Amino acid sequence: MNISSRLLQLVMVVLMVGGASFLMMQSLPGDASWRIAAGRYGYDALDAAAAASVRAEMGMEASGGLSFLYWLGDILRLELGTSLITGEPVWNEIRHQLGNSLSLAGAALGLSFLIGPPLGLLAGLRAGGLLDRSLLAICSLLRAIPQFLLALVLILLIAVEMGLLPAAGHGEAKHFILPALTLALGLAAVSARLARDAMAAVTQTAFHDFARWKGLSNAQTFWRHGLRHVALPLVTYLGLQFVTLVEGVVVIESIFGWPGIGHALVHAIFSRDVPMVQGTALVLGIGFVVINLLVDLLGRQLDPRGVK
Amino acid sequence: MTLSLGLTSVVHATEGVALSSQESASRRLEIVAPFDIKGADPLLSGILFQRMQVVETLVDVDAKGELRPGLATDWTVTDDGLEWRFTMRADVHFHDGSLLTAEVARQALEIARGKPGLLKSVPVEEILAQDDASTGKATLVIHLSEPFAALPAYLADYRQQILAPSAYDDSGTALAVIGTGPYRMMSMSPPLSLEVAAFVDYWGEQPDIRRARYQAVSRAEGRALMTESGDADFTYSLDPASRQRLRDSPRVSLASAPTPRTLLLKVNANHAAFNSSDVRRALSLAIDRTAIAQVVLRYPEGASQLFPPMIEGWHNAALPALHQDVIKARELLEADGWQVGEDGIRHKGDQRLAVTLITFSDRPELPLVATVLERQFHAIGIATRLDITNFSAIPAGHHDGSLELALFARNLALVPDPIGTLLSDYAGTVEAPGGDWGAMGWHDVDFSAELARMAREGHAASDNGRDPRREASRVLQDALPVIPIAWYYQNLAISNRLESAQVDPWERSFGLSDLRWAP
Repeated sequence: MNISSRLLQLVMVVLMVGGASFLMMQSLPGDASWRIAAGRYGYDALDAAAAASVRAEMGMEASGGLSFLYWLGDILRLELGTSLITGEPVWNEIRHQLGNSLSLAGAALGLSFLIGPPLGLLAGLRAGGLLDRSLLAICSLLRAIPQFLLALVLILLIAVEMGLLPAAGHGEAKHFILPALTLALGLAAVSARLARDAMAAVTQTAFHDFARWKGLSNAQTFWRHGLRHVALPLVTYLGLQFVTLVEGVVVIESIFGWPGIGHALVHAIFSRDVPMVQGTALVLGIGFVVINLLVDLLGRQLDPRGVK
Repeated sequence: MTLSLGLTSVVHATEGVALSSQESASRRLEIVAPFDIKGADPLLSGILFQRMQVVETLVDVDAKGELRPGLATDWTVTDDGLEWRFTMRADVHFHDGSLLTAEVARQALEIARGKPGLLKSVPVEEILAQDDASTGKATLVIHLSEPFAALPAYLADYRQQILAPSAYDDSGTALAVIGTGPYRMMSMSPPLSLEVAAFVDYWGEQPDIRRARYQAVSRAEGRALMTESGDADFTYSLDPASRQRLRDSPRVSLASAPTPRTLLLKVNANHAAFNSSDVRRALSLAIDRTAIAQVVLRYPEGASQLFPPMIEGWHNAALPALHQDVIKARELLEADGWQVGEDGIRHKGDQRLAVTLITFSDRPELPLVATVLERQFHAIGIATRLDITNFSAIPAGHHDGSLELALFARNLALVPDPIGTLLSDYAGTVEAPGGDWGAMGWHDVDFSAELARMAREGHAASDNGRDPRREASRVLQDALPVIPIAWYYQNLAISNRLESAQVDPWERSFGLSDLRWAP
């Protein structure tokens, strides 16, 4: 593992994500001062005076390129600037919202690992059996349903019809369950198939046959020889799941009224809050690099072959 | 359950054993509405803090839109209209324990004057505080450079809320919500939630509901689902489809009341097609308001004029109602020289009658209504392209001259007296006619002068019965600088756990302090 190359990757991510989000926000049509005033004051109170006051406050006549350089300077000082809508430091807002999103994503990941891999392993042990075929059908269905639809189905069934859980909201443990379950079912649909394929492949190997031949039970063979082989593709998939989670969180947070980074990003884009968009995209980009690094490290632990 | 006067009550139970005080104190009311919390400053989310009754203004408004005492118990003006004196309510404490004085109110108003808002347009010369420590009497004196009869109404606007000095930083930005209302802020987690508790030192009556939590849910379907699942006790702003669905729910009752808000089509009278009032009238005649109101909005009726009946004085029952007459619309366009081409779209010379209609989706009914309008305009030979975008494109398009048509819902009582909205939307000068959400390219010198006079001197009917407000409505109806389509209703869902819920038609309060837990 070359740490310096990872650091270089991190710097490249900062520059590319920051530059791309800046350019994209600059290229959006319409006058930014109107958009910002709209985001701040709402439409009953939006008028030319409000937009003019935003323009004067932001010094928007200054060149766009210059403000990108200012932003880079802030990054070097480990600052993300101030939200144009709320006036709060961007880092304060992101820290609060990212914490909410990470806790939701963590709950979803945990739940997906409780649901997906165990079912996949069971199906893989009896490849082609009833469980395997049923799981394939369920996983295909779950992957085919858009997450917002799955969310609405779960809300209607569990919250409205059965009255077991809140339909939306935030602040108590029970509010986690439905949004986390919505995300987890989509993730588990894939991890179950991965675990199933890996398990089915392991059962076909010579070392598996040998372990069984020398008298180990199925369970002993799995724990001593199978788990590590099955874990490797699952851990690699973990990194990819992070991308799916971020995409899913944006939609799910809006449906469940969850005050996370997805909700913040959508509102920041609508309101042309450039520092918030840049800061949020940057934090997510760094998150990808860190997750990839952790996945690589874990992969090396699971499969140390070739490590010098 | 709608009363024509604009006040609706929902009573679930009137008999039974009242809750114990301990039980009542521990129960928390769950409120759901679409408004995000952007920050503590009145400019950002002040209207929400007012609706949650955390903050108050000097002047308040009753259910009929009449001004009533708030933090000021009464007010007087000198004969020349230049000096207003507001007597401050005695023994009012802020939530931080500090005392309300005239000086504190002066500071809050000075801060408000320095920010964008309607108060900037009031000819205030100076604000003075007269606090008499010996008698405890406090008076706020506002000197104007010219008379402005609508001043008390302007002071009822949420941006003029009076916060404690400790709420502000050195630059005048409010960092905390420290008001005088019956509820104090317990916690605030922007952008989606806050919690309040009853303020034990409130100057008025103590509310029955002791704790309440506000949750912002921007999607109308999300609010309806929370209502249906029992997670929300008080749901504000239901969309028409959800209202239909919730009608059968055993958990809630629905309440509805007209509000001072009208669905409008803003027309650029500078546009080559729309500079003729006949063409604007043709547009108006193409619109089937009844169908839009009943089928799309699920309201009982469309708008027959700009002001709904709830805005007494300004609503002019004598005006001929706006209605649909497609044949007459086609005749007006023909008379103005617009001939139908081979593609069914009208043209005059080489100019084709094709326009863009801007609207936005923050109010979910707007794109639906825009789609209906597109078809109805097509029926008289006008090609309409829909542009569903950010709402700021409408005032921005007004200023750069690019806007052709725009659809939105306008609050006609930004301040409780509609003269405030009329001044900002329909008065002006020849060089800068109209306002961002009102007339575009239309200017009537006499009308502007009359609006300015009404703001200055008031708009009481004269001895001969002539009411200048009704006359103003007639001018707008004749010229049609904007085309009214439907009057709005505010729709609420209220849990069966509650009783005595009321709809505030002026959209200033959720009415928490009037609610009671059902026995």
